[in-house]
Amino acid sequence: MIKALSITKGIHDWLYSSMSENMAYLVEMILIALVYLAIFAIAGLFLVLIERRVAAWFQLRIGPNRVGFQGLLQTMADALKLLSKELTGTEKADKFLYNLAPYFVIITSLMALAVIPFTQDFHAFDINIGILFLIAISSIGVIGILLGGWSSNNKFALIGAMRSGVQTISYELSVGLSLLTMILITGTLQLSEIVEVQKNGWLIVQGHIPAIIAFMIFMIAGTAETNRAPFDMAEAESELGAGFHTEYSGMKFAYFFLAEFINMFIIAAIATTVFFGAWLSPFGITESIPILGVFWFLAKAMILVFLMMWFRWTFPRLRVDQLLTLEWKYLLPLNLMNIVLMALIVWQNLTIQL
Amino acid sequence: MEETIVETNFKSEEYFINMGPQHPATHGVLRLLLTIDGEIIKKVEPDLGYIHRSIEKMCERDSYQQIVHLTDRMDYLSSNINNEAVCLAVENALQLEVPDRVKVIRTIIGELTRISSHCLWWGVMGMDVGALTTYFYGFRDREMINDIFEETCGARLTMNYNVPGGLMFDIHPNFIKRVKDFIVHFKTKIPEYDRLLTGNVIFHKRTKGVGVLTKEDAISFGASGPVGRASGYSCDVRKHRPYSALDKVTFNEAIKTDGDTFARYEVRIQEMWESLSIIEQLIDNIPEGEYRVATNAVIKLPKGEFYQRVETARGELGVYIISTGTKNPYRLKFRSPGFSNLSLLNHIAVGGKIGDLVATMATLDLVIPDIDR
Repeated sequence: MIKALSITKGIHDWLYSSMSENMAYLVEMILIALVYLAIFAIAGLFLVLIERRVAAWFQLRIGPNRVGFQGLLQTMADALKLLSKELTGTEKADKFLYNLAPYFVIITSLMALAVIPFTQDFHAFDINIGILFLIAISSIGVIGILLGGWSSNNKFALIGAMRSGVQTISYELSVGLSLLTMILITGTLQLSEIVEVQKNGWLIVQGHIPAIIAFMIFMIAGTAETNRAPFDMAEAESELGAGFHTEYSGMKFAYFFLAEFINMFIIAAIATTVFFGAWLSPFGITESIPILGVFWFLAKAMILVFLMMWFRWTFPRLRVDQLLTLEWKYLLPLNLMNIVLMALIVWQNLTIQL
Repeated sequence: MEETIVETNFKSEEYFINMGPQHPATHGVLRLLLTIDGEIIKKVEPDLGYIHRSIEKMCERDSYQQIVHLTDRMDYLSSNINNEAVCLAVENALQLEVPDRVKVIRTIIGELTRISSHCLWWGVMGMDVGALTTYFYGFRDREMINDIFEETCGARLTMNYNVPGGLMFDIHPNFIKRVKDFIVHFKTKIPEYDRLLTGNVIFHKRTKGVGVLTKEDAISFGASGPVGRASGYSCDVRKHRPYSALDKVTFNEAIKTDGDTFARYEVRIQEMWESLSIIEQLIDNIPEGEYRVATNAVIKLPKGEFYQRVETARGELGVYIISTGTKNPYRLKFRSPGFSNLSLLNHIAVGGKIGDLVATMATLDLVIPDIDR
């Protein structure tokens, strides 16, 4: 089940030779978990910085550029500040759930990260129901937001949590169905096999029209799923103050904040994997150097992340009823029709194979 | 608490929520007592007085020159127009004819103030509906106006440039050039505003048909300024009772008939164009002459009642002075546009969502010190 990284082949062999098999397996899992935690933290901090620089670029500002080279250490400094802050909370909060909520959010996004195929060998958890796992995990995250809003015992937080619940449950459908459209081509849910299929051309090319529609729906629904503008109903700072995390401070707030950015990256990573060939290079130009797959994967994902930031800094926010109208009256029927169209294309072998 | 039974067996309960006095959308210390059913607003009750500083009472203590300085602190975004209102009231009472140069400069600076206020409003409007970038665009252009003001009179916001009888100082030699530069700059920027926000489909969805105010209601609530004009109520004081040099210029009164949030938005955008055109007509023809006529060091108004109305960026500002012939007014009342415009909030926001309330409030363009005084 767990594929050891080829770079760490030596460590793997050494572990198995020096201790019992079960022990080695356990140690190896812990090591991999630590590596992913590190990736998680670095990616989160880096994405926050990117977001701030992109926002500054859109808004005629310079953005953070003082701490470290071009502000690279800025978010590190912010995280340190947040760590050192006192954790204030409300007296009347439901203490247990209130403290549990941030971990729900952050653990789910960490789990989703595990199945992302960064490159052929850099893929911690390659299960045969990869896509299903991703969808299932990402819908657990909303429980954290709901719990946080509910247990804070704050009306603004409760409205935010309520909105977030409504929104995520609705857009979950679109995310699932748009990915299902693509699975009609691949015929598998396993992410490594989905990438394998794309050696004959990225799925967005193979599936042409319905794939492009599915991609657009996925990006809209994915943005909504991560509670980002123009779908940031749950926070809506001009309406609800800070929304569901109004009562959180210090590192607990930072967990929500980090999880939002990681979720954004995960949405971009899923789109990269399912539509843009994951770590495959365009036209196979660097096929001979497998390690460059990481570069291609991250480059594609970052372009999509930039797209989501572009949405955020240029669009006004939708109203909560318009949000639901968009999903239930437009995206969902379109999605269902799109699936039928894709099924017809796959049935008649009209996919484009390069 | 009142319970309403919906057609299904679900029970919904109205609840009460405090919006403000510290809330990002109230733009100051306004407190709204909201009664909400889920997301739908049942009742909005503004609670005022968090920034009340007894300006009207202080006016009874002060001399007329000093009163001018207090008016800056009311609607600080149209500070110069407020100053002008008091000066005009005093000058009319004294039957003092100010030089043409003063009139023209007052009008130019008044219109610049209006543009600067609308720039800020536009940025904040975008922010309230969730488009954060507009804020910085609005402030970029406002900055140029503030720089002009700073060079002219040393202050950027609370200007105190007017005194009864004229202006505090003459304009700076660079003034004309900088204003012309600004006109050229800003003419390219309003279309940019339109590209960023006005044409956005989400923005249309958020604002069209939201917070509709009919013409009859606008009149009966005493709405003025862009709020009244968006409902088709022609209420521009500049047009109906021109003061200073406004009778020498031609401009169109921006009127829309929809009365919704988007109409109020469009009126303000159009007003920026009109203000630019007014400045353009005047900037090349500033007459030579004195910038001030001498008044007595202690101004004593004749016994009687005096009223002066001007159009600030928010609507009609009235200054009502009762004088007993002494150096202080017996009573001074400001009719502030924000107060009347706020009074109709409950009327137009009920039945909408929380997001609608925020969008509606953004287009009422409230400045809280103007309401509380």
